[in-house]
Amino acid sequence: MAKVAILTGYGINADNELKQAFIAAGAEKAERIHINDMIEKPEILDEYHILGFPGGFSFGDHLGSGLVMAHLFKQNLKDVLDKFIADGKLIIGICNGFQVLVKMGVLPNFDGKWTQEVSLIHNNTGVFENSWLNVRFNPASKCVWTEGLDDMDIPIRHGEGRFITKDAATLKKIEDLNLNAVIYNDRNPNGSEHDIAGITDTTGRILGLMPHPEAFLVPENHPMWRRKEIKEAAGLKLLRNGVQYIDSRF
Amino acid sequence: MRTEVYYRDPAIDGRARKTLAKLQSSVNPGITNVGIADVYLTKNIRGMTPELATFLFSDAVAQRTNNDDFLADSNYVPDWRYIAEVTYRPGVTNPTAITSRKAIETALGRKLASDEMVQTAVQYLIAGPELSDTEVADMLTSFFNPLVQQAEFISREEWATEKLPAFYPYKVAASEVSIKEFDLAAMDDQQLMKLSEERLLALNLQEMQSVRKYFADPEVIAARKAAGMGRATDVELEMIGQTWSEHCKHKIFGADIEYTDTEKNTKENIKSLYASYIKKTTKDLWDKKPFLRSVFSDNSGVVEFDKDNLVCFKVETHNSPSALDPYGGAITGIVGVNRDIIGTGKGARPFFNTDFLCFGDPDTPDDAIPGNLLHPKTVMSGVHHGIIDGGNQSGIPTVAGGFLFDDSYTGKPLVFCGTGGIMPAEMEGEGTWIKHINPGDKAVMLGGRIGKDGIHGATFSSLVLDEASPVSAVQIGDPITQKKMSDFLMEARDLGLYKGITDNGAGGLSSSLGEMAEYSGGIVIDLDKCPLKYQGLAPWEILVSESQERMSLAVEEKNLKAFLELAEKRDVEATIVGEFNDSGYLNILGGGRLSALLSMDFLHKGLPSMKLKAVWERKGQPDVKLQDTCLKCALKQILSDPNVSSRETLVRQYDHEVGAVSVVKPFVGVNSDAPSDGAVLKPVYNSTKGVTVTHGICPRVGDWDTYNMALCAVDEAYRSHIALGGDPDSASVLDNFCWPDPVKSEKTPDGEYKLAQLVRTCKGVNRICLDYGLPLISGKDSMKNDASMNGKKVSVRPTLLISLMGMIKDVSKAMTSDFKAAGDAVYILGNTTGKMGGSTYEKLSKGSLGESPAVDTEVAFDMYKKLSCAIEKGIVASCHDMSDGGLAVCVCESAMGGMCGCTIDTGKLPGVKADFEDARTLFCESPSRFVVSVKKENCAEFEKIMAGTPFARAGETNSGDEIIFRKGDKELIKIGLADVISAWKREI
Repeated sequence: MAKVAILTGYGINADNELKQAFIAAGAEKAERIHINDMIEKPEILDEYHILGFPGGFSFGDHLGSGLVMAHLFKQNLKDVLDKFIADGKLIIGICNGFQVLVKMGVLPNFDGKWTQEVSLIHNNTGVFENSWLNVRFNPASKCVWTEGLDDMDIPIRHGEGRFITKDAATLKKIEDLNLNAVIYNDRNPNGSEHDIAGITDTTGRILGLMPHPEAFLVPENHPMWRRKEIKEAAGLKLLRNGVQYIDSRF
Repeated sequence: MRTEVYYRDPAIDGRARKTLAKLQSSVNPGITNVGIADVYLTKNIRGMTPELATFLFSDAVAQRTNNDDFLADSNYVPDWRYIAEVTYRPGVTNPTAITSRKAIETALGRKLASDEMVQTAVQYLIAGPELSDTEVADMLTSFFNPLVQQAEFISREEWATEKLPAFYPYKVAASEVSIKEFDLAAMDDQQLMKLSEERLLALNLQEMQSVRKYFADPEVIAARKAAGMGRATDVELEMIGQTWSEHCKHKIFGADIEYTDTEKNTKENIKSLYASYIKKTTKDLWDKKPFLRSVFSDNSGVVEFDKDNLVCFKVETHNSPSALDPYGGAITGIVGVNRDIIGTGKGARPFFNTDFLCFGDPDTPDDAIPGNLLHPKTVMSGVHHGIIDGGNQSGIPTVAGGFLFDDSYTGKPLVFCGTGGIMPAEMEGEGTWIKHINPGDKAVMLGGRIGKDGIHGATFSSLVLDEASPVSAVQIGDPITQKKMSDFLMEARDLGLYKGITDNGAGGLSSSLGEMAEYSGGIVIDLDKCPLKYQGLAPWEILVSESQERMSLAVEEKNLKAFLELAEKRDVEATIVGEFNDSGYLNILGGGRLSALLSMDFLHKGLPSMKLKAVWERKGQPDVKLQDTCLKCALKQILSDPNVSSRETLVRQYDHEVGAVSVVKPFVGVNSDAPSDGAVLKPVYNSTKGVTVTHGICPRVGDWDTYNMALCAVDEAYRSHIALGGDPDSASVLDNFCWPDPVKSEKTPDGEYKLAQLVRTCKGVNRICLDYGLPLISGKDSMKNDASMNGKKVSVRPTLLISLMGMIKDVSKAMTSDFKAAGDAVYILGNTTGKMGGSTYEKLSKGSLGESPAVDTEVAFDMYKKLSCAIEKGIVASCHDMSDGGLAVCVCESAMGGMCGCTIDTGKLPGVKADFEDARTLFCESPSRFVVSVKKENCAEFEKIMAGTPFARAGETNSGDEIIFRKGDKELIKIGLADVISAWKREI
């Protein structure tokens, strides 16, 4: 049964709802763990199957979104996370969590050494935006989180979500390998290259995305729930994929 | 070392593009390019290398760095003409520098010493034509505020000889660390007042005389002598000044008022408006409202949410600081009111922010702004940015707020910052709204360190804003430091590690520990133990500093170790700064000696109450005939008025969904762009119960009579709650009064009238809250919203903001304002009484249109109950509260939401009289009205439920794209949806 660890501390702020969302998605247990506690006792991660990097403003994004949290995590917990990944476990990074994963080099991690190859920078509009939009999921991607999903209405809430790559070759490689798991469908809110909203790694077990599946917890979160029937909070489907993947293997 | 970090290509820098667009529109359209670099300046840091700086401060993929090399010397912006580099002034909180320091410490694996320093700045490279002096000044205004920041400005010509500094001056001017004493007994009245003014104590003569009397009391003298104390010290005077400030003591609301009503020819004596009308309302409702838990006594009002949870709500203002530093004022307002929630009862978790912002007219010409006041647009831009950062970075959704523009806010903006919180109903068998503090408990200060920022904020806000307003009154909040602290506090609360908690806001420790000491009956505070940002603070400065992100707590001896250990693990500084006792005295140690010894009784009860006169006289004509006008033009004009038009571009920059509690969002409808009537939130994951958040505000209605303003403001908040599907029996409200100085003086000759306006507002609030069963649970007043510049006085319109938090039994029954389908019947509920006073139509016709509307509470309350019953039954398709702009505008809003056409017959509306001009019917803003749409098959049931209330089936929605208003066969307005949308979506 899936046990989920959710990182918290230093300005992470979407940790409570991510915890609730994983429980609603069927996880046996979801715990918020402070980064300082994780650093003090790294072996704590052994008890879990999924590690969530939630949204928020870690360290205020003062030096660039997710950058300081990426340094702190990488400096103290790289080995533990490498083992976590090697054990076949899952990671999801949402919004600020995605930014942290990218800046640590965990996504896409082509060389296996955590070298940063892509980034998330200031929106081309220059401002923070909170809106709902539609994303589609790349059917050819082997990402376990997005498997079987077609498209989804989902909110974005970010000022630094513009996905860029180091160079054209990196972008091509991401697309050739179908790592571009989540794609803006109806509009590109921030100027991301090729409308990319989220990427996975070559194992398909790590997903980072800017939109917030955990903010679509109940049908009433959808902006149109009063106008049309919303059968299910679609954000949970994505998280349930992860939980079920673990349930079938661990 | 100087490190400049910039995007690898200026074309991908969204911030630079936005800045360029702003400069082109507000400075000179010829500006061609802007490049931005973030600058990190480090000094004496052992182990710092260029490689480390690049690693720590830049994004390896997107950015490049120069270490000790200038971007200006490169081809980044090849044809740049000007450089501006902006940094904070010494002593002002710089969140980026705080984070940089933490990043360096993480990398080096050690704490930095005090001589190892970090600064940050932002550099702008600007290309384009040569700018005039005025244009340069405009450009710099958009980059920085000289009160809190400093800028280097260098032209290309100067660059040959002048460079940017490797480090900015960083020393904060030190004060003499000593205690000053004052021989009050030897001072005459004039000298007393001079002392009050010089030290910014903001105490009047009567109050200063009470202070002199206290220190001359033989018993006091004897007690002081025994403790080794003589004359009054500066620490004592400051303590009294803070505790007795208008900001803290609400002297005008507590005053004895002789109220004369010249209209009715009556006279009455009111002993405290607060006791007679505000507190009294809730007292009279107490038995009927079993959900009330704690009202008026704590940092926010507390009510029951469900059997397991309580919710609390507070709205504060941060007007004076926002006038001087709009960004810092607003962000500090947000994080400040968040602390009120964190400091309520045993500690609550904020789950929404709601902000109402009042500015001068954004279209005011520059030369109409007196003195060195900031232009309303500059104020708005800064405040808006502060609200974004304050809310978003704290992870608290910003919901249900609003903007209001009025000339009278040109002097001081009104920045209402509100927060709602949630906490478990009980802990260890006791209600969480109850606080205990006992003798022997340690006083602990938590969070940020103390600096000179925000000294005299509480007393300053009790004075007129003028040229001499102190810069130290301004602070900048750091949401991340506070988030760290609030996360820690929630953990500590759940472990039961502390007993009492309150926030450090206005007045700093003097206020927080002074109030907490009332619970135990005394305290000893040791100012020498307080952690400082830098040396050189006089003891009195430590006592009253309003440095941000601090809470004061009472921790029991047995929990002290665990509390301090957890604080350290969470990287939050906690310091024992005193101990509570029951001595009846406030003892303060500072500067190595006993520096204050004040009787608690004198401090908290010694303030003499003010005696004031209020005289009400009726001004203006009751009714004015409307001129013939083009109705469609008037509708378009009202739709584009900044008080009505869309605020979507502003509001979308607020995170309104973090926490996943959002049910009704700021915008609704097919394209999610039509206005909703407020927010519905679902704060508990496994419960379908929700809360509504709404506001009511209508200062112009008060021009005729503030009694009506009070009725209309409460009615607006309550009817929005009803429109959202809220439970009519379960709502509570907060009152926030922002007044011009209502005390008659040389500077305020019309003080008696302004005070009468206050009296009438209180009477109105009392009356309608009793009629609707709305308890007041908390409130605030700000009484000196005047600015005096170059001899010109700008005073705010007397303004009452009513903020409501209500319950909704099942969020799946929540209602929205957008028409849902073509072919639905459209009902207009409520009487259209035709009073034009206070309407947007009146504002645009630039002259009084007479009487403003009152509220028939009996008719309205009956209608509200029935409407909410219809909504709960699920037979209402849409419901929109009719407010600003009146009938025509509100129908347009519902139609925009549904993206459908509709026809409305105004001849059928209840209340409309035969002699009403069409403009009156279409644009008057009578309260207690709704636009409701109902599916045809539900109409009979709807009408049955609503029987006995004033309503009319006035029209129908259709699949077309035109909105038509007619009176019988006469067409009044025919307007396309596209026209409505383009008028309404006007960029503010």
